[in-house]
Amino acid sequence: MPQRSCAIGEGLAILQAGLRTVAPAEISTAARDVINVKRLSKQYGGGAEPILALKDIDFAIPEGEFLSIVGPSGCGKSTLLKILAGLMPASGGEALLNGTPIGGPRRDIGVVFQSPVLFPWRSVLNNVLLPADVQRLGRTVMEKRAYDLLRLVHLNGFERRYPWELSGGMQQRVALVRALIHDPALLLMDEPFGALDAMTREQMNVELQRLWMERKKTVVFITHSTAEAVFLGDRVMVMTPRPGQVGDIFRVDLPRPRGLEVMNTEKFGGYVRRIREVLNAGGGLE
Amino acid sequence: MRFGVTGMVLRVILIFVFLLFWEAVVRLFGIPAFILPPPSNVLLALYRGFASALYVGHIGVTLAETFMGFALGSVLAFSLGVAVALSRRVEYYLYPFIVMFQAMPKVALAPLVIIWFGLGITSKVVAAALVAFFPLMVNTIAGLRSADEDRVNLMRSLAASRWQIFWMLQLPNAMPYIFAGLEIAMIFALIGAIVGEFVGATSGLGMLIQSMNFTMDVAGQFSILLILSALGLLLNGLVVTLRRRVLFWDQSEKADAAEQAVAEKGGVS
Repeated sequence: MPQRSCAIGEGLAILQAGLRTVAPAEISTAARDVINVKRLSKQYGGGAEPILALKDIDFAIPEGEFLSIVGPSGCGKSTLLKILAGLMPASGGEALLNGTPIGGPRRDIGVVFQSPVLFPWRSVLNNVLLPADVQRLGRTVMEKRAYDLLRLVHLNGFERRYPWELSGGMQQRVALVRALIHDPALLLMDEPFGALDAMTREQMNVELQRLWMERKKTVVFITHSTAEAVFLGDRVMVMTPRPGQVGDIFRVDLPRPRGLEVMNTEKFGGYVRRIREVLNAGGGLE
Repeated sequence: MRFGVTGMVLRVILIFVFLLFWEAVVRLFGIPAFILPPPSNVLLALYRGFASALYVGHIGVTLAETFMGFALGSVLAFSLGVAVALSRRVEYYLYPFIVMFQAMPKVALAPLVIIWFGLGITSKVVAAALVAFFPLMVNTIAGLRSADEDRVNLMRSLAASRWQIFWMLQLPNAMPYIFAGLEIAMIFALIGAIVGEFVGATSGLGMLIQSMNFTMDVAGQFSILLILSALGLLLNGLVVTLRRRVLFWDQSEKADAAEQAVAEKGGVS
C-alpha cells in the first residue's frame, strides 16, 4: 500500500471531510516499507460497552524513516506501539513488519520504554547485552558492538558501572543502546525522554538524531511533545483520541542535522502550529 | 552512629549499671539462686560449662540440627515457592494446604515429629525445617511475582522464553525477598531445633535447659540463654553477610518491603 502523507495544510479539511484518501500522495518508490499498518483497530474489554482504543489506523513507514507519532494521552499511541512490538494482539486489521504479520514478540524489533527499565543486578555492559543473551548471539562479537555503541552515546568508561550510579539521561542512553545491540529492523520508542528534565531532554533529542543519522534505522517515536515530534521526525503522524485515529500525517521538510536553534525558526513554528490545529480539531487539546 | 562516641560509652555504662543493679538486688533481698541467680553466678556457670567441655558438644549438636533443618526447609520452601509462583494451577490446588499450614503454629507439631522420627538428631532437623519453611516460601512467591511490568514487557519484546524470563528477570529480581526470607528462616530453624529438643532429645542446648530445669540449676539455664542469643546473632550475621555480597545492587527498600511481607504473612511459627 502506498503511503499517504497529506500535503501540508490540507490535513484539516481532509479530516473534517472524514476522508483521507484524496491527498496527493507522495508515493515512495525508492525504499520499501518496513512497516505497513492497514485498518488496524483495538478494543478493550468485551461485554456490552467495549472501549475502542484504536480505529482504522492506516500508515506505512519506508525503510530508514523516522516517524514521530504525537497525540494527547488516551489517544492510543502506546497501545499502537504495544501492537507493533508484538506485546498485544490487534482486534482488527493488520500490522506487517517487512511483509509478515506481527503475530507476537519478534527478534528484529528494539523497544525503548518511557523509563530506562535497566536491571540493577547487571552492569551497564551486561544491560546492553541483554538482548544478545536472550537471543543467544555470540558474546564476543556483541561485546565489541556494545563498546562501539556506548562510545557513540558518550558512555565509554561506564561499561562496568551499575545503573544506579548513572543519571537519568545516562540510563536512558543505555536503554537506547540496548535496543540497538541486536541490530533490529525497527526501533520503537515510547515517550523515551518523557521522564527527563527539559534540558536533558533536548540534549537527548540531539543525540538521538545523531545516532539515527549514523545508523539509519527505521524508527517509530511516540511523544506527547509536538516540538519533539517535529524536531526528530521525517514525518509526524498526529493522533486524535476517543477513539484513537490518525488525524493527519505531515512531512517535515527541515534539513538535517537539525540543531536546537531550528526550533526558533518560522518554518518549525509553522509545523507545530499545524499539528496543534489537527489536535484541536480532534478534541485532543481542551 | 547518630549518638556518637559518648553515646557508645553511655550504652556500655548502662549495661554495667544494669548488671550491677541485678547483682545488688539479688544479694540485698536474699533472692534464692533457684529463683533468680545473680549475674556473677551466671558467668560462673558459663565458665564451668565451657571449662568442662560440657557445652561445646551440645552447641555442636544444636548448630548441626539448625543448619541441616535450615538447608532442608529452605530447599523445599524455595522449590515449592517457585512452583506456586510460576503455575496458577499448582497454586490453585496447593492453596488450601498452604493456608492451613500457614495458620498452624508449626512448633505444635514437635511432639508428633518426635514420635515419627525418634529422639535422635533427625526429628530436630525435621522440626527446624518445618518452622523455617514458611517464611521463605511466602517470600519466594512474593519475590517472583514482584517483577515490574515494564521489565516483563522488555523481556517479552525481545522474544524471551518463559524460562529466560524466570532465569534472567524473575529470579534475580526476587533475591532481596528471598534473602529476607532466609534471614528469618535461619532464626526460625534455631527455634525449631530448640523446641524439638525440649520435647524429646538426648543432647543439644534445648535438652540441657530441660535437664537443668529439673535440677533447679537456674544459673545454668541463664548461661545457655546467653549462648543461644550469641548463636542467633551469629546465624543472622552469616545470612546478612551473604546477602550483602549477593545483593550489592539492592537499594534495601525491597528488602524492607519483603520483611514487611513476612511479618504480615509468615509471622505464625
